[in-house]
Amino acid sequence: MNVMRNSDPRLHYLTPLKQTPFHPRTAAENRLNDWGPWAGYTTALSFGDTAMEHSAIRNGASVYDLCPMVKYRVTGRDAAAYLDRLTVRNASKLSVGGVHYTIWCDDAGKVIDDGTLFRLGQTDYRICCQERHLPWLLDSAIGFEVYIREETEDVAALSLQGPCAWSVLNAAGFDVADLKPFRMRSFPFDGGELMISRTGFTGDLGYELWTTPAHAIALWDHLFAAGAPWGIRPIGTHALDIARIEAGFIITNMDFIPVDQAVREDRARSPFELGLEWMVDFDKGHFTGRRALLKEKVNKSSKWALVGLDIDGNVSVEGSIIYHNGKTEVGTVTAACWSPSAKRNVALAQIRRPYHETGNLFVEVYALRELQYAKLMLPARMCERPFFAPPRRRATPPGPF
Amino acid sequence: MNYDAVIVGAGHNGLVAACYLARAGQKVCVVEKNDWIGGAAVSRELYPGFTYSNCSYVASLFRPEIMRDLELPKFGLQILPYEGGAVFMENGDYLGMHRDHDANRREFARHSKRDAEAYDRYSRDVLRHCRFIRPMLLRTAPDPSSFRPRDLSELAWLGKQMFGLSEAAMYDMIRFWTMSISDFLDEYFEHPTVKAYQAVASIIGTALGPMSPGTAYVLLHHAMGDVDGNVGAWGFARGGMGSITKALKASLEAAGGEVRAGNGIEKILIKNGRAIGVAMENGDEVHGKRVVSNMDVKRTFLKHVDEGELPGDFVKRVKAFKIRGSSGKLNIALDKAPVFTALPPNSPHMKGDMHFTDSIEKMERAYDDWKAGHYSADPFQDMMIPTMIDPTMTPPGKHFMSCFVQYAPPKVEGQDWTDADRDGFAKACLDQIEKYAPGFKNSILHVEVRTPRELEKEVGLTEGNIFQGELTFDQLLFNRPVPGCAQYRSPIKDLWICGSSTHPGGGVMGAPGRNAASEILRDLRAPTKDMSEAYAVL
Amino acid sequence: MPSFDVIVIGGGTNGLAAAHRLQTSGRKVLVLEQAGQAGGAAVAREFAPGFRTPGLAHIANQIDSRVMSGMDLGRHGLGFVTSGLSSTALSATGDHLVLEGSAGATIRGTISDADRKNWLALRKQLLSFAEVLAPFKQLTAPRIAKRAGNEYGKLARFGLNLRMLGKADFREFLRMILINVYDVVNDELTDKRLKGLLTFDATLGSWLGPRSPNSLILLLNRLAGEGAGQRAALALPKGGMGAVADAMVKSATASGVNLRTGATVDSLLIEDDRAAGVRLANGEEVRAKIVVSAMSPKTTFLKLVGPRHLDAGFVKRIGDQKSRGAAAKLHLALKGAPDFRGADLKSRLVIAPSDDQVELAYNAVKYGEVPKRPVMEIVIPSAHEPGFAPAGHHVLSAVVQFAPHKPKAGADAARAEMLENALAMLEEHAPGIRALVTHAELLMPYDIEAQYGMVGGNWHHGELSVEQMLFLRPVAGIAQYATPIEGLWLAGAGCHPGGGISGAAGWNAAERIIREARA
Repeated sequence: MNVMRNSDPRLHYLTPLKQTPFHPRTAAENRLNDWGPWAGYTTALSFGDTAMEHSAIRNGASVYDLCPMVKYRVTGRDAAAYLDRLTVRNASKLSVGGVHYTIWCDDAGKVIDDGTLFRLGQTDYRICCQERHLPWLLDSAIGFEVYIREETEDVAALSLQGPCAWSVLNAAGFDVADLKPFRMRSFPFDGGELMISRTGFTGDLGYELWTTPAHAIALWDHLFAAGAPWGIRPIGTHALDIARIEAGFIITNMDFIPVDQAVREDRARSPFELGLEWMVDFDKGHFTGRRALLKEKVNKSSKWALVGLDIDGNVSVEGSIIYHNGKTEVGTVTAACWSPSAKRNVALAQIRRPYHETGNLFVEVYALRELQYAKLMLPARMCERPFFAPPRRRATPPGPF
Repeated sequence: MNYDAVIVGAGHNGLVAACYLARAGQKVCVVEKNDWIGGAAVSRELYPGFTYSNCSYVASLFRPEIMRDLELPKFGLQILPYEGGAVFMENGDYLGMHRDHDANRREFARHSKRDAEAYDRYSRDVLRHCRFIRPMLLRTAPDPSSFRPRDLSELAWLGKQMFGLSEAAMYDMIRFWTMSISDFLDEYFEHPTVKAYQAVASIIGTALGPMSPGTAYVLLHHAMGDVDGNVGAWGFARGGMGSITKALKASLEAAGGEVRAGNGIEKILIKNGRAIGVAMENGDEVHGKRVVSNMDVKRTFLKHVDEGELPGDFVKRVKAFKIRGSSGKLNIALDKAPVFTALPPNSPHMKGDMHFTDSIEKMERAYDDWKAGHYSADPFQDMMIPTMIDPTMTPPGKHFMSCFVQYAPPKVEGQDWTDADRDGFAKACLDQIEKYAPGFKNSILHVEVRTPRELEKEVGLTEGNIFQGELTFDQLLFNRPVPGCAQYRSPIKDLWICGSSTHPGGGVMGAPGRNAASEILRDLRAPTKDMSEAYAVL
Repeated sequence: MPSFDVIVIGGGTNGLAAAHRLQTSGRKVLVLEQAGQAGGAAVAREFAPGFRTPGLAHIANQIDSRVMSGMDLGRHGLGFVTSGLSSTALSATGDHLVLEGSAGATIRGTISDADRKNWLALRKQLLSFAEVLAPFKQLTAPRIAKRAGNEYGKLARFGLNLRMLGKADFREFLRMILINVYDVVNDELTDKRLKGLLTFDATLGSWLGPRSPNSLILLLNRLAGEGAGQRAALALPKGGMGAVADAMVKSATASGVNLRTGATVDSLLIEDDRAAGVRLANGEEVRAKIVVSAMSPKTTFLKLVGPRHLDAGFVKRIGDQKSRGAAAKLHLALKGAPDFRGADLKSRLVIAPSDDQVELAYNAVKYGEVPKRPVMEIVIPSAHEPGFAPAGHHVLSAVVQFAPHKPKAGADAARAEMLENALAMLEEHAPGIRALVTHAELLMPYDIEAQYGMVGGNWHHGELSVEQMLFLRPVAGIAQYATPIEGLWLAGAGCHPGGGISGAAGWNAAERIIREARA
């Protein structure tokens, strides 16, 4: 039966959640057997202890299985021009071997998704994102000499994050001492190729490692052998989520709804409404949504703001409603946690303008304590993101810690 | 005995109307020509030990508000969501359906990577249209030619709904309502079978092909229902579709209402311009303060009311009401489950709707046959085996198969259906199944074949139209069934209509019955409660 | 190189109308026409030695009254052979039905009294609806939005006129506005010839069959048009439709419009995200602050502007704009007068034996096939006046439906089959006609696309169907002639109110440009 499962493509439904190429290792490590679905894959939510896993991100070295991220390859003569038109940033300026965080919008300037763009060659890019967009990417290709290929299953990727990440790579024989943030470099590995980018989703020192599924297990084993002295450990999504909130990073479908998925029209958000105006390059020529965004900028017609909040006390305010003056509903918390690194009670929130400037905000929390809810109205202050930003994240060469 | 209301026809809408009236304290009596009740929502044992849903066969549209108001689950109704589904392809493969989002995507991707990733956007867009239309289902359509305050306020409500959308969304909606499903699907998908599967809901019960404008709306009509809040999902009524009407009858009787089956009406009694009851075929008369007809508008006014009682232009419009049947049905008792060569063993796909039409072109050609007055040579079938999910309908290991077929014209080349026509029609369907499940025919224990002729004769649906009237814009909303007469009233005082000929139309929805009862009760100053708010967040 | 305020791309009817209106508003206008002669679908041409077509279009029934009087076409040489062209529903037995007067006010031929009476009632009703709808042609499609700059006065008048129909007709209007023409004619009439004629007229130039919902409105649109200043009349210009083109060219040039023929526009010049002029195929650049494209929306955006200057969703919508042409154009050179079993050759001869036959002819194009028995509208210009054919000879011009725009059998095979089937239909109705044919030309939709630049061969630069009408024409968001590129305007048949030799879209666009400039 097992043979048939593998050979008959019709039987995919027997495993609606696929296993990533690292599954043999992650399964062995997952003491709690705590799994969750992510984009059609089964992925570890935690391996044993979320607090310890988070601690590895901020103290030693952590490994997170990135395989479910959706990947598209963009090649062809017009690849750069195509991406300039697709995304809001200047993809032509991104040099070969560089990576940048980017977003793309619909005609109305509402965000479809965010992701990282890797320039692998002069006419060769990879988009790595949360959601699936093949029709949009193909439609955007009308008039460009460009080829789009969905390659999610062809890439195996791990995220190695933590102050000792560089030390681990060094011990593993990969010299990335001079690799700056948002740069990448390839190494021969296991008879194949390993691409290491200095990127991550934790706001800490870290790297992402990209290879093909055939080399996945070898990569895992190699890393864990090399990383043992630094307490390398696998982490689940729960621990990563705390780290990314501390770093102030947003996630599609958690902190905003992609416009092409929003059933309710008013859920769509522009870059200005997500605090991403810094990446919109109005000077690079036309891109999808440019005219709408220019109008929004000139008319100051943005309706929302995505902000960081610091909330009194230590009760996590996930999913709470935000009030102005304790009365008027002005927004929603999209992500929140007690930050073990910043020792603050932090949140990301969408707030209706102009309340992002008025202050006097409160968060309504229902804290479940021994089967009873304590209803709290906690004062909240707007604050800068990231909530936690150690200088080591940018140091080149990185220190040993 | 003088009832407050005599309801003609114990179909689901008649029973729903009766239930609401009874619960409001009215004395009601439902009269039914057949020995059994249910109309087209019926379960019948036509082969020993086998329960057939021999008309309607799946549920989704029945309004949850009604189910709840009338406590139908308490009276035995269970709706079970179904899973799976497949389109068998000419090339021996199939396109399967999965409730699981990722399994569904991977299945689509077997056929087209683009379509696999286009499906979410498509579903989102259809859902948007559903969200707009759902609140209209349990409201009486306003008369745009009227200046009465209620019509004006309902028109204003409609306008508010419209302007609740962005300008772009409004344009999208108007386009969607007026275009063909084929054109609509072309904007999303590339694979012919993916398109064919999506187009199914746009032609069911409809005298149009997928390339006809207006079919996108018909798709919506089939997508706006839900099972447990899951909009667009479909399910089986446990024990067959008759379980819905059985529960309604029980709910009605619990509220003090009466059902008299086995005696049809001869005519609706009218005295001094008011309906006062009905004369039965057996000579009895049943009197009531008002008569509510669950029969279609043609049957009601052209067969059971003296033409002289009605205004001429009304009669003209009723005569011109489009009610062309387009479908037939095969109900089959099977000794064992069919084996479809395309499907893997133990496939979940058989627990849902199955089709043999793998392109829009084939569907459209089947419609061309109908236009020419023939049944389709290569028909479209919506085939189900409810016993794959519901164990109550047959002895263990045996199966009941329901094949809904298009297209079948009300008349064959202008002539009444003959038994030979019926057999030819059945053969085309059975041969089609046999092609994909060799040996299937040998396992048949019994087949009931229903062409529009049988549907009209037995269920009373004029021309065999399952919606009691076609669902084109000229017969929707304030135009249904007749402009100026779209609020369940008729030109004759105290004669009401509550069947699918009225807004919002056909399907086992119950909304027309409920809306008609609301109008009657409104006149009696006992309005039904409005639950729209509670369901609006969906 | 002199400087211009406005460049109009495309010297067809709409381009010339827009150019004239803008020139007379005080702007300097240059019209660039690719062909050797301006006039687009109205241009006549010699298709066989000594034989001239009357133009791609051969009947005037949509000429916009503002164009007619504003351009003073009469003074510039436009005259009419007749403005009351009758229509003959041909019968293969010679039992023809002739509709005379505006929209068939009288019927000649054997027809039942009931049908005669019911036709008059239906005609009256349809004309009253058409009368209400007619003013829409002369306004910019409204937007459904607050403070949208709509022509509220005209819209209010439309609402009022609608209510003035009376309660019964107002209700009928709402019932019938999206109905199919087949049901309407069958509700009211029994005569096959009459039903054939009406369903043919409704679906002429469309990609719909009589049974397709939304097909009646196309008949109303036809009835809302004007031929030589008369509502719902069919007119034949003296010298064929080419005369309309000639008069428009004369009028435009007389008003000061610069007309350059043989000038192919390669692309739009865009500077600082606004139109700055055009680049010609020869590399020459011509600059102007306003560029008006009377080309089809697909050509304008996908070719002249290019996707790189446009949003991806918009490009997708332009790509999705339906532009399937289903009308073929037949030109026959005849060495004698054909005999359509006694029918008057000066009438518009329609071969549409019944409503079902029209539907049947439509069936084929759904699948990219050629119908066995096409239906058609025939005009014999040489029967009206000399100049089209040598003495004693005749020219037959016919619009033949339905022809596939993307035939499965391939372009040449489909053309040959279509020609054969059309000739067979003609022979059936005019025995001996095949022997008279000395030269035959059949333009399939793809030939029309190649010759006239109409995408898909669709006359309207995009199907005229309800989901592509008014604020949805050519696509939602650009239905008011303005485009996403500032300074670039649309003025072609792809815009509201569609094509036909009309000039309405061009005139409306010009009015809009003038109004915007004032604001």
